[in-house]
Amino acid sequence: MSTDAVAAIPGDTLRERIVDDLRSAIGDALLDSHVKHGDDVWVRVRTDAWRSAGLALRTLGFDYFCFLSAIDWMPSPFGKGEDDPTAPTPERDDTIRQGYAGGDTRMQVLARLVHPTLHVGVNVKCDVPDTDPVVESWIPVFAGANWHERETHEMFGIGFAGHPDLRNMYLPSDFEGHPLRKDFPLLARIVKPWPGIVDVEPLPGGSDDEEGDAE
Amino acid sequence: MTSTESLIDRRQLSYIAAQAADARLNVELETEGMTLNIGPQHPATHGTLRIIARLDGEQVVWAEPSCGYMHRGYEKLTEVRTYPQVTALVNRIDWLGSFANEVPFILAAEKLMEIEAPPRAQWIRTILFELSRIANVSLFLGDLGVQLGAITPVFMAFRDREYVLNLIEGATGGRFHPNFDRIGGLKEDLPAGFIDETRVVMKKLRNFCDEMENLLFGNEIFQSRTRGIGVIPKDVAMQYGLSGANLRASGVDWDLRRDQTLPMAWNKVDWKVWTHPDGDSFARCWVRLQEVRESTLIVDQLLDNIPSGPVMAKVPRIIKVPEGEAWVSTENPLGEMGYYVVSKGDLGPFRTKIRSASFNNISIVPWVLKGVYVPDIITILASLYFILGDIDR
Repeated sequence: MSTDAVAAIPGDTLRERIVDDLRSAIGDALLDSHVKHGDDVWVRVRTDAWRSAGLALRTLGFDYFCFLSAIDWMPSPFGKGEDDPTAPTPERDDTIRQGYAGGDTRMQVLARLVHPTLHVGVNVKCDVPDTDPVVESWIPVFAGANWHERETHEMFGIGFAGHPDLRNMYLPSDFEGHPLRKDFPLLARIVKPWPGIVDVEPLPGGSDDEEGDAE
Repeated sequence: MTSTESLIDRRQLSYIAAQAADARLNVELETEGMTLNIGPQHPATHGTLRIIARLDGEQVVWAEPSCGYMHRGYEKLTEVRTYPQVTALVNRIDWLGSFANEVPFILAAEKLMEIEAPPRAQWIRTILFELSRIANVSLFLGDLGVQLGAITPVFMAFRDREYVLNLIEGATGGRFHPNFDRIGGLKEDLPAGFIDETRVVMKKLRNFCDEMENLLFGNEIFQSRTRGIGVIPKDVAMQYGLSGANLRASGVDWDLRRDQTLPMAWNKVDWKVWTHPDGDSFARCWVRLQEVRESTLIVDQLLDNIPSGPVMAKVPRIIKVPEGEAWVSTENPLGEMGYYVVSKGDLGPFRTKIRSASFNNISIVPWVLKGVYVPDIITILASLYFILGDIDR
């Protein structure tokens, strides 16, 4: 996902200008960007500039708050939860590979803002430090971030500095663990092994991929 | 027009003045506060939502919805499913307009795979999408009456929604959970007679809208209980990420069906985006009513020029989605519903963020309920229109 290679293709000036405008607003706090032509914009900002990036985008006219969440980039140690519990755990690739606009940490916060008249959205990411997973709260910028941050805190264990009330939204208050982290097992699959593939009728083309292509 | 506007202004100003006067009285009399618990089992909450309201006299000083009674963890479950299996899950997010939930997820997967459904499939998707909207919002219109004490509208709504559900069942085999959308197209083509039957039903639904407009929206009690109540200004609505009719009722001219290019058929037909400047409960209900009528017109036009051809593109039997990230959102019956899909090139998504409309729509409740009177809680919640499965996911 080399940003430079994409930026070199002429075309989507609208989305590239958004990245340029944001860069002139927050300077080197903009770490990386990725523009998919005619589709979407991804930017990654420095952790300490999380709130000022939101504010800068709001000033640029992106005042529609769509959502805020997080991504845990660690591959799940449980795979798809389809393993035979009696067999030894299979080898799995556990390298952490971040998506568009790169990243250095296991977890990233992700938010999306939309420009209400241009109808263009920006996906803003920021790294969350592994040791002390806290970023600034966006509530002073977008009041609607309140519930989204509560949900993210509950599901990923990411703290939001300045949030007035990070109570659990869905789970009981004494629940331990953060369910959407990849190292949190899906308990339903642990209690009762997934019959999964065994029960499914065999596919007409066999299980091989190359045979599977229609025509 | 001017006289109506000033009437609304006067009503609203007197409401605000009364609120202030009552609040002052409460302070002077040193009335004791009281906590009112609405739900989790309450007919006004469309499921199991609990609202805790702190009252002073008849006014709400603080209110907080407490959700999670129906959290099913779909975001986690998608991580252990394959792409084609996910549609069966997301069907159950907004269960009144289930087909509409499948579409954005399938579109996101198709975007990552860089394939597009054939035109006929796009047309049928759009038709079924609009039918889900009609089925969903017509129930809202009936339910709205019940919550304000009018019993008749709900019978009319159930009567006419049945025709739409029959159509959806005829085409997909499922009344509530069609699970009909596939990556690359649709499971099957339309059944024989669907087009003629749909035309008849659309006429019935337009009659239903007229009936509703005369019976409910012209009713003085309805108007006095919704006009000027629960006003959400434009900038607050944007900050909270309100979407759909709730946003358009605050005067924002924004409809994702019109304002983005998706491989769907909305931009092939002529239709209007309805907005309302007031931002009150009445406006939200009124915009929804107009949208049902507009949807029937969209369906009629789509039926006129539905292209022929296959309903399924050529896709591999075993679907592997290339690595990447994609965001697709559509204008669902409840508002903007979107999926942020992260793929690592596997059979299933690595992470799916489900952005459901009701979660954002209901997050404004603590703000909008401040200072309102107890009976208005019900009308405001009804007009915001949420479905519990869509909040908790």
